[in-house]
Amino acid sequence: MNFRRRLVDRALIGLSIATVITAIVPLLSIVYDVAAKGISAINVDFFTQATPLANTPGGGMGNAIQGTLILVALSALIGLPIGLLSGVYTSEYGSNWYGSTIRFLGDVLAGIPSIVTGILVYALIVIPLHGFSVIAGSIALGTMMIPIVSNTSSQALKAVPNSIREASTALGSRRWRTTLEVIVNAKGAIATACLLAIARITGETAPLILTSGISTNWFTGVNQPVGSLTYFIYYFAKSPFVNWQNLAWGAALILMVIVLGINVAVRIVTRGKRAYS
Amino acid sequence: METVGLNAWYGKKQALFDVSLPFAENRVTAIIGPSGCGKSTLIRCLNRMHELVPEAKVQGKVMLDGTDIYGSALDPADIRARVGMVFQKPNPFPNKSIRDNVVAGLRYAGVRDKRKLDEAAERSLMQVHLWDEVKEDLKHSGAGLSGGQQQRLCIARALAVQPEVILMDEPCSALDPTATAKIEQLVIDLKKDYTVIIVTHNLQQAARVADTTAFMYLGKLIELGDTIDIFEHPREGLTERYITGKFG
Repeated sequence: MNFRRRLVDRALIGLSIATVITAIVPLLSIVYDVAAKGISAINVDFFTQATPLANTPGGGMGNAIQGTLILVALSALIGLPIGLLSGVYTSEYGSNWYGSTIRFLGDVLAGIPSIVTGILVYALIVIPLHGFSVIAGSIALGTMMIPIVSNTSSQALKAVPNSIREASTALGSRRWRTTLEVIVNAKGAIATACLLAIARITGETAPLILTSGISTNWFTGVNQPVGSLTYFIYYFAKSPFVNWQNLAWGAALILMVIVLGINVAVRIVTRGKRAYS
Repeated sequence: METVGLNAWYGKKQALFDVSLPFAENRVTAIIGPSGCGKSTLIRCLNRMHELVPEAKVQGKVMLDGTDIYGSALDPADIRARVGMVFQKPNPFPNKSIRDNVVAGLRYAGVRDKRKLDEAAERSLMQVHLWDEVKEDLKHSGAGLSGGQQQRLCIARALAVQPEVILMDEPCSALDPTATAKIEQLVIDLKKDYTVIIVTHNLQQAARVADTTAFMYLGKLIELGDTIDIFEHPREGLTERYITGKFG
């Protein structure tokens, strides 16, 4: 009996290790491939030059990087405040039917495919403005951020123990002031939620195809189209031109570094801390 | 302070039945009774914390200095600044320093002057006999203190806003005997300046610290009297059976 149990134990541990390795191998393989193929495209020009014409030597992805940074910044400006306020509401004020409805709608919004958001913004913004624009792209990405930030910050706030709300209220604080106290206690987790939402939308492509379009120029205005790392990767990678393909690999590497960098930074900063600090 | 015909509900379940209970000024009143008798509900009605529970209801009056605290013209936040509360499990704000913990209530009330806040912190910490132990560490987090010290910190925090009444909901049940003894002595010291109402399931504690004791059972006030009378010659049979440990 004893022997059989130990055998089953060892077999299951072995199986668990094997499945973990199976899960990690694709990730490591992608990271390695992108790094290996993309590193040769990275040089100073990559960051300072704009995208070249097909089969033309030189050039870089500077305008794409600039475009992505501008889009992400504007999207965050739209998505973070609305998402945070929504998260605060559903956690601290939403114990009624209204709050439950908001929570439900938030979950639905989180599940909408990004291309659908893109089509919606295309119809509502791109057509009336007669063209692709940074504004349209930011609205699309910002809208996608709202439910992500709302859900995760709501969870972060709910994790703050009730004893803090009680302590604050018992001292005679007003409701909004108690809420502020709770937010401050969850600031680490909320910051994490924001950073992860930013990392998520940095890698979006489909909505940008329909909203911010693509441009070989540097940024020219919020009502103009702009290049982005993700769209350029898509555009260059499926082209037959080698110089474009190389730049696409380089862009993929940069994108991966940005997204991985944000995730790793979040892990390092929150390592060892309590869940709600 | 006193309650007049106080009734309270959690949704459909009634927890307090017509409780009329006076609390003598500058005295310690203990509320005793078995679990579920309504003592915590009662004490939370005294600073309008009960109504924060979803679907909670309160009916009746709670008089403070002759005015009903449930009067419609009154702001619950103001009431809570006049009627302080200390909870069963010490709950200092984990992200604040010791000094910031003590003055938190003053900050909520809008006091900004750093010197005033520092003076208030020192005064309150001295009142709870914690000043000497922490005066070097005021900038450290409150979470680094022992359980007994944390509870005294919470009491200091409640005192800083200079309430008229202090409510204590089983303040020592999470503490060791040494810390408990310190807090009980503190309670006796505090009655010089404040009216103290303490809920306890520890009969010996009530006997040690309280001038007046109220015995509650299933949401009703059964008996109220001087602590000595309640323990040595209770009028009600139910009180006598609880005191002697026949149930509880």
